[in-house]
Amino acid sequence: MAGREDAKKLGLADYEYDEIVKTLGREPNHLELGMYSVMWSEHCSYKNSKPVLKRFPTSGPRVLQGPGENAGIVDIGDNLAVVMKIESHNHPSAVEPYQGAATGVGGIIRDIFTMGARPVALLDSLRFGNPDEPRVKYLFGGVVSGIADYGNCMGIPTVGGEVYFDDSYRDNPLVNAMCVGIIRCDRIVRGKAAGVGNSVMLVGSATGRDGMHGASFASEELSEDSVAKRPSVQVGDPFTEKLLLEACLELLQNDWVVGVQDLGAAGLTSASCETAARAESGIELDVSLVPRREENMNPYEVMISESQERMLVIVEKGHEEDVRKIFEKWDLNAVKIGTVTADGMLRILENGTVVAEVPAKSLADGAPSIKRESRKPFYMEDIDIDLSSIEIPEDLNNVLLKLLSSPNIASKAWVYQQYDYTVRTDTVVPPGSDAAVLRIKGTKKGIALTTDCNGYYCFLDPYEGGKQAVAEAARNLVVSGAKPLAITDCLNFGNPEKPEVYYQFEKCVDGMAEAASFLGTPVISGNVSFYNETKDNAIYPTPVVGMVGLLEDVEKRCTMEFKKEGDVVVLLGDNTDELGGSVYLKEIIGLRGGRPPRLNLDVEKKVQDCCLKAIELGLIRSAHDVTEGGLSVALAESCIAGNIGFSGEIETEIRPDALLFGEGQSRIIMSLPEENLSLFQQLAKELDVNITVLGFVKSGNFKLEVKMKGQNVGKVDIPVDKLALSWGNAIKWKVEN
Amino acid sequence: MKCAVIMFPGSNCDIDCYHVLSEVLGQPAEYVFHKEKFGPGDFDLIVLPGGFSYGDYLRAGAIARFSPAMDSVLKAAEAGKLIIGICNGFQILLEAKLLPGAMKRNRDLKFHCHDVYLRVDNDETPFTRLYKKGEIIRLPIAHGEGNYYADVQTIEKLKAENRVVFTYCDRDGNVSDAANPNGSVENIAGIINEQGNILGMMPHPERSSEEILGNTDGKRLFESILRHIEGRTTYGR
Repeated sequence: MAGREDAKKLGLADYEYDEIVKTLGREPNHLELGMYSVMWSEHCSYKNSKPVLKRFPTSGPRVLQGPGENAGIVDIGDNLAVVMKIESHNHPSAVEPYQGAATGVGGIIRDIFTMGARPVALLDSLRFGNPDEPRVKYLFGGVVSGIADYGNCMGIPTVGGEVYFDDSYRDNPLVNAMCVGIIRCDRIVRGKAAGVGNSVMLVGSATGRDGMHGASFASEELSEDSVAKRPSVQVGDPFTEKLLLEACLELLQNDWVVGVQDLGAAGLTSASCETAARAESGIELDVSLVPRREENMNPYEVMISESQERMLVIVEKGHEEDVRKIFEKWDLNAVKIGTVTADGMLRILENGTVVAEVPAKSLADGAPSIKRESRKPFYMEDIDIDLSSIEIPEDLNNVLLKLLSSPNIASKAWVYQQYDYTVRTDTVVPPGSDAAVLRIKGTKKGIALTTDCNGYYCFLDPYEGGKQAVAEAARNLVVSGAKPLAITDCLNFGNPEKPEVYYQFEKCVDGMAEAASFLGTPVISGNVSFYNETKDNAIYPTPVVGMVGLLEDVEKRCTMEFKKEGDVVVLLGDNTDELGGSVYLKEIIGLRGGRPPRLNLDVEKKVQDCCLKAIELGLIRSAHDVTEGGLSVALAESCIAGNIGFSGEIETEIRPDALLFGEGQSRIIMSLPEENLSLFQQLAKELDVNITVLGFVKSGNFKLEVKMKGQNVGKVDIPVDKLALSWGNAIKWKVEN
Repeated sequence: MKCAVIMFPGSNCDIDCYHVLSEVLGQPAEYVFHKEKFGPGDFDLIVLPGGFSYGDYLRAGAIARFSPAMDSVLKAAEAGKLIIGICNGFQILLEAKLLPGAMKRNRDLKFHCHDVYLRVDNDETPFTRLYKKGEIIRLPIAHGEGNYYADVQTIEKLKAENRVVFTYCDRDGNVSDAANPNGSVENIAGIINEQGNILGMMPHPERSSEEILGNTDGKRLFESILRHIEGRTTYGR
């Protein structure tokens, strides 16, 4: 038997141990306690976040599967649906960047094909410290290669994502991987172990001692000892996963498959108790039947190993040989290890002798949830900045060039060109635009995909930051011509036991929930990653929003680059005098703080509706969202992407640096043929959106004058190739020097 | 034109090649699983697609060449059937010694995914007759081991026999080191065998065969093959 002290060593609290004893009516043995410790870890149980996550809207007319399964599913018509999920692999990547990131990708891909969907796209949302530091370069390079090698080998294009750099992520980088699949609505498979007497089979790789206690490792702060936990990091084998993918999709064509569940965190323990719990059944399995790649593994090791590329498959009794044949074709194991039972117990045998017996439901869902204390962080009282004390720089050209070469704004081509983004020949808008667009062969449709989050805004104001992350993701889809449909989120925070961190978490969720409800984009799947901190330094609160949108006609997609000389350039939405939280304040002036830009959801929705309508009507030729770096950076990006200039002027009452570099929300830049302008103005008026003509697409320089009462108060005027050089090479120079 | 796309374990451009052959060109196409064999007269065109056969954990293509299906490919090659190896397929052709030379990792040790410009050096092959010699085309690459290497004698022989089919260049056709994405000797991107029926190339023509993908430069390669097979004289561009 295992006692309270053993429980502590495994990371279980006293009250959790008591709960286990109460449930079992006796003390657990070592194996049982080990299984509880992984399943009741924060990573698997969501015990710290569950009550707060209930605040998200999770249903809607298109939602076929909300949170609680391997992935969420949203209907896109024509009997097709999009399956998607995002997940973190932060801690493994902090100690072993290559394998940590690679297995993060492998895990999220399995979540998608487990449901019967063909994975069609990957996105990666990454956060690192200052790329000038050698260790950060090592982490950054390792993570990017890990993602590349796994995703490329799988033949799933990596089409989007984000890369941000800030000191707050120095020792605890964030690696969030998102996978998107397409499925026929009538072929959705769920992770259920239903039907007493049905067979439980383990397929894919053999089991070894890798990734022991990975789920627990993910549920504690990183420390100097963390490097010693490198054995907790799993090792990926994308080739086997590719075989597993093809074998599973072949398997899932058959109606006698009852349920499938991938083996991720907490391995066989998690897969068996979760499938049983979902079906309100039990499972009896014998660990001696599990194919191994190491000798003398005991039941404990077999049950919590996180060896990759494995699946649990539940099939109707009598079809075991059919399963074996399919997997044999792909040179993979498929072994019956157990049976579905009626008694609700997860019973583990070794050579026929019972070695553990616990209620599956208590293991899967029984972790006592915790309502943590929440307190507004002190720093938030003191973030206001007096703009009048900031002198406006004289050389605004220099400011713009510096902003464009800031790693947070500069081109991410160095990263995404290491990812195969053209395989499957569906990528019709490649990485580098606001959102990626994929066609769906055999239909007229397309889907647009993005991930977004400004962690710095979330730090300065968690509620506004949460709202903004959702709104910006939706805006990125809208400028591509897609109607936003649904969200998958990856909520990365520090230690939830600290009231200030919990406050950030709660407020971010509230902001996201409000925006998601308002914009009609329910949260259909996601992941929470706490304990992202080292030596008392928590990361910026970083609730990453992955979003999918639908284009009924993919030919109507829109891109960001200016396309034709003479086109009118128009701003949709209003300029503001906000500079708080901007890259300009932080990196040019050297001031951290200010209130991040406010977001009015009503205005946001109108701007998005107007943009979408204009694209549908074919009025405009380009659209680009205004974000980090503000209006001037957005205009410059449209010039660089189109390799053409712009000339314009703005009459304003806003100070020129705020106008050019402020990050006021709900703004979109468009270019359109002049003959469409009056129709567009009419549309904007009908939809109650303000528009301003900024100038014209013009070959040569990017030129913008700011005027107050007719007087020139600021000006940028730079050749586009010079902009392109600053923007295009900044990350490469930093990383390779 | 009867087409076969070989599926090695780890192939991942098989569906893309199949799509272009069957949907874009409208030709009968079949997948051939690596454990299967076929007759030398069964297909007019055999495609060895891109991907990571057997994970490419040893050397790219090193294990795939031992597949049962490769025996049939060899026999079809001897019978003069057309064979094209794209990316990993090119690597397999090298390992199988159907084409001379070898592949090394890209010189910067990174995977490269982007468009490249190519100069068409030989427009008299069954694969390139709808291009013009000296024409500059644009195709995507996506590989980590595309650094083509062969010794000096082999290179001289390839050049003397006009067997270099595609050469990496810049937009204006200059063959320079800057336009070489992976370090290949003499910027070589694609070569053909002595008999002229086996082409290996690193860039992906199947990824640039449709308007919606923004580039149709690759489509003419497949159309060239079709025209060669069907002997059509008025096949349009």
